[in-house]
Amino acid sequence: MRVPSRSLLAVLALSLAGPLGPGPARAQEPGAPPPPQTIETRIGILYRPQPAPASYDAEAVPEDEGVAGARMGIQDNNTTGRFTKQTYALDEVVLAEGGPSAVEAAKGLVGKGVKYLVLALPAAEVLAVSDAVKADGALVFNAAAPDDSLRGAECRQNVFHVVPSRAMQTDALAHFLTFMRWRKLFLIVGPNEGDRLYAEAWKNSARKFALKIQAEKPWTFGPLARARGDTPTRAEAMVFTRGIDYDMAIVADEAGDWGDYVPYKTVDPRPVGGTQGLIATTWHPTLETWGAAQAQNRFRRLAGRLMRPLDYQAWAAIRTVGDAVTAKKTNDAALIGPFLTDPAFSLPAYKGVSLTYRPWDHQLRQPLIVVQPKAVVSVSPEAGYLHQRTPLDTLGIDLPETACKFR
Amino acid sequence: MSRCVKAGVSVAALAAVLLAASGSAEAYTVYVTNEKGNSVSVIDTSTLAVTGTWKVGRRPRGVTTSKDGKELFVCASDDDRIDVLDTASGKVVRSLRSGPDPEQFILAPDGNPLYVANEDDSQVTVIDIEKNKILAEVPVGVEPEGMGLSPDGKVLVNTSETTNMAHFIDTKTFQVIDNVLVDARPRFAEFTTDGKFLWVSAEVGGTVSVIDVASRRVVKKISFKIPSVNDEAIQPVGIRITKDGAKAFVALGPANRVAVINTKTYEVEKYLPVGQRVWQLAFTPDQKLLFTTNGTSNDVSVIDVEAGKVVKSSPVGLLPWGVAVSPQ
Repeated sequence: MRVPSRSLLAVLALSLAGPLGPGPARAQEPGAPPPPQTIETRIGILYRPQPAPASYDAEAVPEDEGVAGARMGIQDNNTTGRFTKQTYALDEVVLAEGGPSAVEAAKGLVGKGVKYLVLALPAAEVLAVSDAVKADGALVFNAAAPDDSLRGAECRQNVFHVVPSRAMQTDALAHFLTFMRWRKLFLIVGPNEGDRLYAEAWKNSARKFALKIQAEKPWTFGPLARARGDTPTRAEAMVFTRGIDYDMAIVADEAGDWGDYVPYKTVDPRPVGGTQGLIATTWHPTLETWGAAQAQNRFRRLAGRLMRPLDYQAWAAIRTVGDAVTAKKTNDAALIGPFLTDPAFSLPAYKGVSLTYRPWDHQLRQPLIVVQPKAVVSVSPEAGYLHQRTPLDTLGIDLPETACKFR
Repeated sequence: MSRCVKAGVSVAALAAVLLAASGSAEAYTVYVTNEKGNSVSVIDTSTLAVTGTWKVGRRPRGVTTSKDGKELFVCASDDDRIDVLDTASGKVVRSLRSGPDPEQFILAPDGNPLYVANEDDSQVTVIDIEKNKILAEVPVGVEPEGMGLSPDGKVLVNTSETTNMAHFIDTKTFQVIDNVLVDARPRFAEFTTDGKFLWVSAEVGGTVSVIDVASRRVVKKISFKIPSVNDEAIQPVGIRITKDGAKAFVALGPANRVAVINTKTYEVEKYLPVGQRVWQLAFTPDQKLLFTTNGTSNDVSVIDVEAGKVVKSSPVGLLPWGVAVSPQ
C-alpha cells in the first residue's frame, strides 16, 4: 500500500479519519478535540456449508470453511482500524436448501447498505449475484470459483477474483514440471464439468510450456478414493495406466472423488499431481515463510483448526477491502472499485510479494505454492520465468489472450 | 558457502583487513540467533570464528545484550518467553514473562525496561527486567515487529507488519501518540543518532521510509534498483545507521545484498553482496564491522564498514535471524 500523495490528501481532507499517518490531523494531543467520525464498513459473505460427512471422514470439510477466514480478515481490519478510526463488520449468510437463493440473499444484504460481497459459491451463482447487484454499485469478490470463463467471456466490471483461475493453477504446476523436466503427461479426467474444464486448462498449459500430453483417458471407476480402506484394489483401475510413456500422471478430479486413489496404484512408478497428489494452491498448513506462520497461528486460535485455501481466499478478499479503504480513507465502493486495479494498490498477503489485481480481468495476481500433502515442494512462478510486467503474469491468461470485455 | 570467494577477497587481504579492523580495537562477541536451530551462535570478532553454540528456547529471533554485556536477552518466540543468558557461562539463567510470541525488542537507554513486540498478539509488552514484571501492554496493529527507541528513550516506535504502520508510543504514559502509514510489511525501525529522523523498512513494499520525528511525516521514500535482480526480490528488512549519521546500511532480504546509503542525499552508494536472505544487521561498538544474518545460506557476512566491503562469511546454525554484539 502506498501513502497517497499530499495533493490527494488535500482533496480527501474532508474524509480524513483522524490521527493517521502524514495527514494533518493530530487528534491525540492532550486536550485535542474529539477525532473525526468513524468509517464503518460492512462486508457480506455468502456461503453454503458442506453437509456433514455421512460417516467418519479423516479430513471432512469444516462447516465454517471460508467464513472463518473472513472472520480473521475482519479482525485484522479492525485491529488496523483502531488507529484509523475505521470499523468493519461481517454479515454472514448461510445458504441453505429451501432458503433464499444466492441472488435473493445478496439483494437483501445490498438493501441493508452492504456494498462488498464475498462469495464462496460456484461460477453460475457468482455471475447471477454480480449481475443482480450491479445497479446497486456493490463489489463482488469471488473466493471460490476457479472458472476461466468468469475472467474471460463472462467477466464483469464489479467482480474481483481472489481465487486463482484454473489456468493459473495448471500453469503453476506446469512451471514446476518444466523446471523438473518432467515433460510427458498422462491426463486422467473425471466425469464432472469442472474436471473437463480443468483438463482443458492443462491442454493450454501444455501448449504454453511445451509439455506433451501423451495420453488422455476418462476415469470410469467411480469414487474409489471415498471407498473404505479395506476395499480391495481394483485391478482394472491399475491396468488402465499400462502401456503409456509418461513422466507424471495428472488427475482432473475437482470433487476429490478418486484422485487420491491413483498415487501408488499406477502400473509404472510415476508421481501423481493435478487436483490431488502434487497440487498448486494458495495456502497450505505447512506454509510458514513470508510471515505465514503468524497467519496460521492467528487462524488456529480463532477457528480451532488449520487454515484452508478457501479461508485464505476469503481473508484476502476482506483484507483487500480493508487495505483499500485505509488507503483511500473512504468506503465508497464507486471509488474503491477502480482503485483496486490502480498501480498504487497492492495487498501484502504472506506471499513474499505484494499482490495486485490484473486490470484486464480483475484476477488477483499471486504466487501459488506447489505442495504435496505434507510439505511445500516449490513456489510458482519458478525463478527464471520472465515477463515484461511481472513474473506473476506467467500464471494464467495474459493480457494479449484475454477474452474479457467488461460489462 | 563462502562469500569471500564471491566478494573476491583473498585470504591475505582478509588477514590485512582483520588486522586493520582489530588493530587497536578490542575483541567483541557477536551473538546470532538461529530461528530453526533453537540456538545462539557465538562469534569472536578477533578471529571471526564461531566459538560456541548455546541452547535457548524455541524459535529464537530478537536478541540484545544488557548494557554491561553480562546478560544476553533472546526472544524464544514459540515458548512465549524471553530467555536471559549469562554471557560468561552461555547458560539460560532465567526467563522473562514476555507475553505471547515475542519477536523483536529494544532495551531502554538506561538498561531497563525492555520493550517487546508480541507478533501474534497485536501488542507491545513493557517488561521491568529486574523485577520480571510486566509494566504495560500497549495495543498496536496486526503483527507488531520492528522496535525503535529515540536516543533519549522518550519515544518508542513499533511497526506492525499487516497494519503497515509505525506506531509512536510515549514511554512515560505507554499511550500511542501517533501512527504513520508506510509501505507494505514494515519490519524494522531505526532512529538516527540525533533522534531527528526515523527510518522504517517495508519488506513487501520494497522501500525505506524516512520519517521526520517532530512532524511525523514521511519526508523521503528510498527505493532500490539492482541490475539482474528482480524488483520483487528486493525486500528491505534490517537497518543500521552509523553513529556519525553519515551512512545507513539496509539489508535487502532475498536480493542477497546490503545497500549502503548516503544519509544526506539518500542515494544508494553501493550494494554489497552477502549471503542469502539477509535480514538483520549489527555493528560492533567501534563501528568498524557490521554483521548480517543470512537466513537461507545459514551464515553471517562480515562487512568492513570503512572500506564498504564484505570481508568474511561465517557459517552459523539453522536459519540465522537476529544478531547482537557485546558492548565491550
